[in-house]
Amino acid sequence: MLKKILFCSIAALASTASALDGEIQIHDPSTVIQQDGRYYTYGTGGLPILVSDDGWNWQRKGSLISVLPGGKPGADVLARGGNNSWAPDIIHIGDKFFVYYSAPGTQPKSAIGLLVGRTLDPDSPDYKWEDGGPVAWSDGVEDSNAIDPGVLLGPDGKLWLTYGSYFGYIRLVELDPKTGKRLRPDKPPVNIAINSEASIPIYRDGWYYLLVTHGSCCQGANSTYNIRMGRARKVTGPYLDNMGVDMIEGGGKLFAASRGRHVGPGHFGLLDLGQGVQKFSLHYEADLDRGGISVLDIRPLLWNDGWPVAGDNLVAGTYIFESARTGTVLELAVQGSPVGGFRQRRGGPPGSGIAPNGPPPSGPPPSGPPSPPPPGPAVSDQDSIQVASNWPATTDVRLAPAMLQAQQKWTLTPAPNAGCTPGAPCYRISIAGTERSLTATAAGELAAAPFTGAAEQLWRIDQLTDGTYRVSPKGVPGVAEPLALSAVGSSMPTLAKFDPASDRQRWFLRTP
Amino acid sequence: MKNLCLASTLLTFMACAASAEQVAPRAPAPSLTEPKGATGRVDSRGFIHRWLVLEPVPVPGRLTEAAVNDALKTAPPPDAWPRAGEPLTLSNTSVTWHALDTLNYNVNLYHFAWALSKPTSNVLFWATTVIDSPRDMAEARLAIGSNAASRWWLNGELVIALNDDRQAVIDDGVSKRLTLRKGRNVIRAAIINGGGATDFCARFLDANDQPIAGLGVTLAAD
Repeated sequence: MLKKILFCSIAALASTASALDGEIQIHDPSTVIQQDGRYYTYGTGGLPILVSDDGWNWQRKGSLISVLPGGKPGADVLARGGNNSWAPDIIHIGDKFFVYYSAPGTQPKSAIGLLVGRTLDPDSPDYKWEDGGPVAWSDGVEDSNAIDPGVLLGPDGKLWLTYGSYFGYIRLVELDPKTGKRLRPDKPPVNIAINSEASIPIYRDGWYYLLVTHGSCCQGANSTYNIRMGRARKVTGPYLDNMGVDMIEGGGKLFAASRGRHVGPGHFGLLDLGQGVQKFSLHYEADLDRGGISVLDIRPLLWNDGWPVAGDNLVAGTYIFESARTGTVLELAVQGSPVGGFRQRRGGPPGSGIAPNGPPPSGPPPSGPPSPPPPGPAVSDQDSIQVASNWPATTDVRLAPAMLQAQQKWTLTPAPNAGCTPGAPCYRISIAGTERSLTATAAGELAAAPFTGAAEQLWRIDQLTDGTYRVSPKGVPGVAEPLALSAVGSSMPTLAKFDPASDRQRWFLRTP
Repeated sequence: MKNLCLASTLLTFMACAASAEQVAPRAPAPSLTEPKGATGRVDSRGFIHRWLVLEPVPVPGRLTEAAVNDALKTAPPPDAWPRAGEPLTLSNTSVTWHALDTLNYNVNLYHFAWALSKPTSNVLFWATTVIDSPRDMAEARLAIGSNAASRWWLNGELVIALNDDRQAVIDDGVSKRLTLRKGRNVIRAAIINGGGATDFCARFLDANDQPIAGLGVTLAAD
């Protein structure tokens, strides 16, 4: 099956919910890449540029192809492929950025072209892209369709490119990390998979993983796109899935499929933010909240049992923050009330002989079978409106055993027009039903205070690769270095520099 | 969990034991000794072993924030440095200060009170010590564990408040960042027990949350 591109320019839509914000319409996005604190990705249809200062709110800013001479691929690329520019990938090595893009003619005749630049910022005086010629191609007859490049700089410093789309094989070639060009053009590519496209290799802990997209694209909500994977000890394969099926025979463990309001995930790209935070970029063939257009998304990348797991972006709502270090939970420093109110115990378990409302009477146990007290009616959840009347407006916060009490229930609300991390807005964290909001103080400690919208009350929440969360204030008064919510003791939270090797700054977000 | 049944059983047992041993003094607390020398040191994990501890004072034993604050009205004079063997009367109870070195990381208040034939349930203990720091240490923290509720003051400032029934977990209650000043630093603590075991432990942490060793400990007035 050949890939059919039906991409069209779509007017900017105001975002309504979830995923990212801004002008995020794109198809076949490259790996999201960072330079000087800004995030960039490029897509199909002239290699349009999406730029974001925070990884959350994106703007479209021209295209790569438009800055090339004649607004089209170089002559050698045109000769090997055609005058299209689709589905790029990008990597930063040394002082250079290498962009690999698909330049198909009449598929499966196609080429992978190279562009070389030194800055991604279109406003920089150094902004320039040079044609690096074709690095791989398919002649229209061979078992290959040379589109959809994916690039990896391996742990040994070797640079690898995979490409291909359904017609024939997904192929692997080695590149020169100094120039970005093919290292040995005379050496035949290695075939590593079939029945897929949008391939990209990644590496972790002695394994090479090949992420590919199965299914059909470009049909909106009727697209069957889904991301699958295999892994190998060598970059050349064999890439086996979780059942041992080689991807060159069609194997592939599912990584991401349609869920919720998003149909057809495809075109995986790894965004490693360091310190245990990894994310992945992708597009959905149809975002049902945006009229079914194709959009960019960035989601947490988790790892379990040696396999990557597609995490989900946090959903606004009410959570309990449980420390991975202590098992205690974040709460207002107020006197709690038991759920359902204070009461005497209702007696011991059957056979215990403990009567309701107190210790067992002295003397021999009563004769006859034990008669446990009957169960009472269901006890309602505790809300702040039931118990908060005496709480001060501003108070300390602390950690305590989880008790399902109102002072332990925190509501996450996305802050309007404020992005904090790729794939996520800044959150306000307030006790459910109240204005008492988690606040970073000047001393690097914590309090709960009425919400003002200041940086010390906006929180960046990153999911770590083990599934726990790092919770960081957008700003701390008088403190320049980034700090994270930390359990310094079983009962004491604070702010401290994040240590990826410790559980101190790792939190589970539990639903009450 | 501090089991209510166990607490009840212990209370019954203790009452019987106290009744049976009203004449003969009890054996010394196995984990506590009389301090030797004028000064000691915190151990390699930073735990403070030397304390002046006041015999327990009966209180209602409830452990909510309000109840603890109410119980703390029964307090020795905060500005008068106590001496071992010094008696005083609190809530119509005659109590005496004791100088103690604990053999463990924690001070077992149950051992302490039981050996003196004093009550261990529904009681308030006061404890104090002096930390001698070789230099100013900014961004330090006092870190304690207590069974059960407790309040901790450093150089007169309340820095830790723990309520409710709880066990003495190392680094349970931790102060905000503070400066451990060069020379004399006074720790004052109040521990309230409802029933069953009761103990506490304390140490200082540095800016990286690591225990501070190399601190001196004294019970001298100045």
